[in-house]
Amino acid sequence: MSKENQPSGNKIGGFFKAIGSDLADIGTTFTQGNWMTKVSFLIMGFGPLLRKQFLRGIALLVTEIAFIYYMVSFGAGYLKDITTLGTQGRGFNPDGTVSYGDNSFFILLYSILSIIIIFAFIFVWRINVRQNKNAEKLLAEGKKLPTVKQDLLSLLDEHFDKTLLALPFMGVFLFIVLPIIFMICVAFTNYDAQHQAPAQLFTWVGFENFKNLFSIGSTGFGSTFLTVLLWTIVWAFFATFLNYFLGMVVAMLINKKGIKFKKLWRTILVMTIAVPQFVSLLYIGKMFAADGLVNGYLMKWGWIDQAIPFWTDPTIAKVLIIILNCWVGIPYIMLICTGLLMNIPADLYESARIDGANAFQMFRKITLPYMLFVTGPFLLTQFTGNLNNFNIIYLLSGGGPTSMKLTGGAGHTDLLVTWLYKLTLNNTDYKMAAVLGIMVFLVTAVISLVVYNILPSVKDEEGFQ
Amino acid sequence: MSKRNKISNTITYVILILISIVWLFPFVCLILQSFRSYITESGGLVNYLLPKTFSLDSYKFLFSGDCQFFRWYGNTLIIAVFVAILQTIFVLMVSYALSRMRFKGRELLMRFWLVLGMFPGFLTMICLYFLLKQFGLTQAGAIPGLILIGFASSGMGYYVCKGYFDTIPKSLDEAARIDGANRFQVFTIMLIPLSKPIIIYTALVAFMAPWCDYIFASYIAFGYSDSYNVAVAMYRWVMTNDYQGYFTRFCAGGLLIAVPVTILFMCLQKYYVEGVTGGAVKG
Repeated sequence: MSKENQPSGNKIGGFFKAIGSDLADIGTTFTQGNWMTKVSFLIMGFGPLLRKQFLRGIALLVTEIAFIYYMVSFGAGYLKDITTLGTQGRGFNPDGTVSYGDNSFFILLYSILSIIIIFAFIFVWRINVRQNKNAEKLLAEGKKLPTVKQDLLSLLDEHFDKTLLALPFMGVFLFIVLPIIFMICVAFTNYDAQHQAPAQLFTWVGFENFKNLFSIGSTGFGSTFLTVLLWTIVWAFFATFLNYFLGMVVAMLINKKGIKFKKLWRTILVMTIAVPQFVSLLYIGKMFAADGLVNGYLMKWGWIDQAIPFWTDPTIAKVLIIILNCWVGIPYIMLICTGLLMNIPADLYESARIDGANAFQMFRKITLPYMLFVTGPFLLTQFTGNLNNFNIIYLLSGGGPTSMKLTGGAGHTDLLVTWLYKLTLNNTDYKMAAVLGIMVFLVTAVISLVVYNILPSVKDEEGFQ
Repeated sequence: MSKRNKISNTITYVILILISIVWLFPFVCLILQSFRSYITESGGLVNYLLPKTFSLDSYKFLFSGDCQFFRWYGNTLIIAVFVAILQTIFVLMVSYALSRMRFKGRELLMRFWLVLGMFPGFLTMICLYFLLKQFGLTQAGAIPGLILIGFASSGMGYYVCKGYFDTIPKSLDEAARIDGANRFQVFTIMLIPLSKPIIIYTALVAFMAPWCDYIFASYIAFGYSDSYNVAVAMYRWVMTNDYQGYFTRFCAGGLLIAVPVTILFMCLQKYYVEGVTGGAVKG
């Protein structure tokens, strides 16, 4: 993280400097290189092939052919429409058959893919140039070039990182990076229920959706967004810290000297982690339904006359969700704290006891600071995890109760992410879902950055050691 | 002093017993209600706990050919097994590369993946849906599609495993390399056998996830009941509520799902605790 604290001007300046020297290097490679190198600038892998580095040469040549083939047959056709995202919608031919025109969705998706492929190709081309330069240098020094066998073996040794990371990297790229870039772009289009390709095309609308998100009017998302955002943060705060403290207390109770069956207590709590959440949470959610078990017994015992509106009253629903979340979260915290609590040096407590401290003072002065110090980063990940805690909300309350006051199908216990899900699935309002996703990212990123930089364990790594 | 200790211990026991009751109560209810008959009583929500007569109606329904319960069960099992294996391989590969090797762009890659992790996971749902649809991996082909989604990006979750690798002394690697082993051999012959706890932890967590996967599973298998996993199917049963006793069937089905998964988890609990604690402290 220390690098991030450098003044950003340096970073940008350094970036341009690096590009500058890179370009200069390409230039000198061309002017000083022999004819094989020069041809390689146009036909990749030409140099390595003539120098008998067949593996590298073929790999580079195949890359170039594949790239050209992809761009000509596929990429360019989509890329040319990127500014409009298609002009020709679905229509009907004179004979009544359907004629398919452009499809905005694929134009956008494949254009992004093509742009990334172009950058990747430039990167490979740069490697190609560097390869030639290095080969010439080695030959000039009278050394031998690595053989095909050596090249292959190096993939299991000094270049093993490339072998290992290739597939995972591709996976992350295809399933995370590409879709995220796509969705960020969607946030600037009017892709929604009325503009579903291929029947109706969608197109760029600039910052229209962001304006909509912040506009406080009858049609705007502004007030709903603020309500949901506020509840998301309140929820994440309580879900994290209530669980944390209660979990720690439970761990201390179980760890207490003289308490027997420690393993039994722990196992009972761990059951909650083991049972798939959709079974336990769906069941618990139904227990609190208007005609559910809890209301049933309370009425039978005559404690209440009417069913408590657990899931239909916004305030009760919110409180109930936070309480029920303890049922899910405490065992997890308890597990983590159990090990850590045993790490606290016993002599700290001993000397505190001699000084006449009572149990609560010892907790406040020794246990709590130690635990907060050690688990600081963990608390942060818990907090950001809770901001996006889909399962609890969706399985317990489904985001309800819904209200006329909230737009976009949002309910009172909806988090930003569950609202995003509903916008996608129920309203097919993809553009607003994308905007919301960006907001979730911003909230998470800002909180993470701010908190990370004030954490004591980050500032002062040596403390408590 | 000892009298005070006795009192405080008694209080602790009382609290622990109360906690145990609260934590076990939903499971007890679930089990009891799964034995309620929907023919002689109600199959929906009722306001009493003990069924009036003991019946296996719900279980009979699950085992009869009237529903696809075991198909869904099989679907989920297949997804879980494949995801567990492939995800573990990916995580191990990434962890080794990031823990043991120093290459250009390593820091950049780690920071980039950290930032990517801050985007909500299913923001990309629509895009992935259409991508998979292009390859016929939705609806009827949803099972391979879900496996793909489950493990493809799992390389990003390397933190716990890399943290574990970092604690294995590098001098071991160096010793092996002096003896002539290349990095591939160091990785497969030396490091992997040393990492049994973390491999079990990774596989266990990966195996558990598909059982709860509702978001992607419901979207990708949309409207094609042959491809449902248990979470999607059971969610639909609960939402139909009173209708023909699907609530008690959900209880029975949920129990059949929870028991094997819970037993597996309990057997491997030790490794889970180790992984979770290790991951939490390192952050």
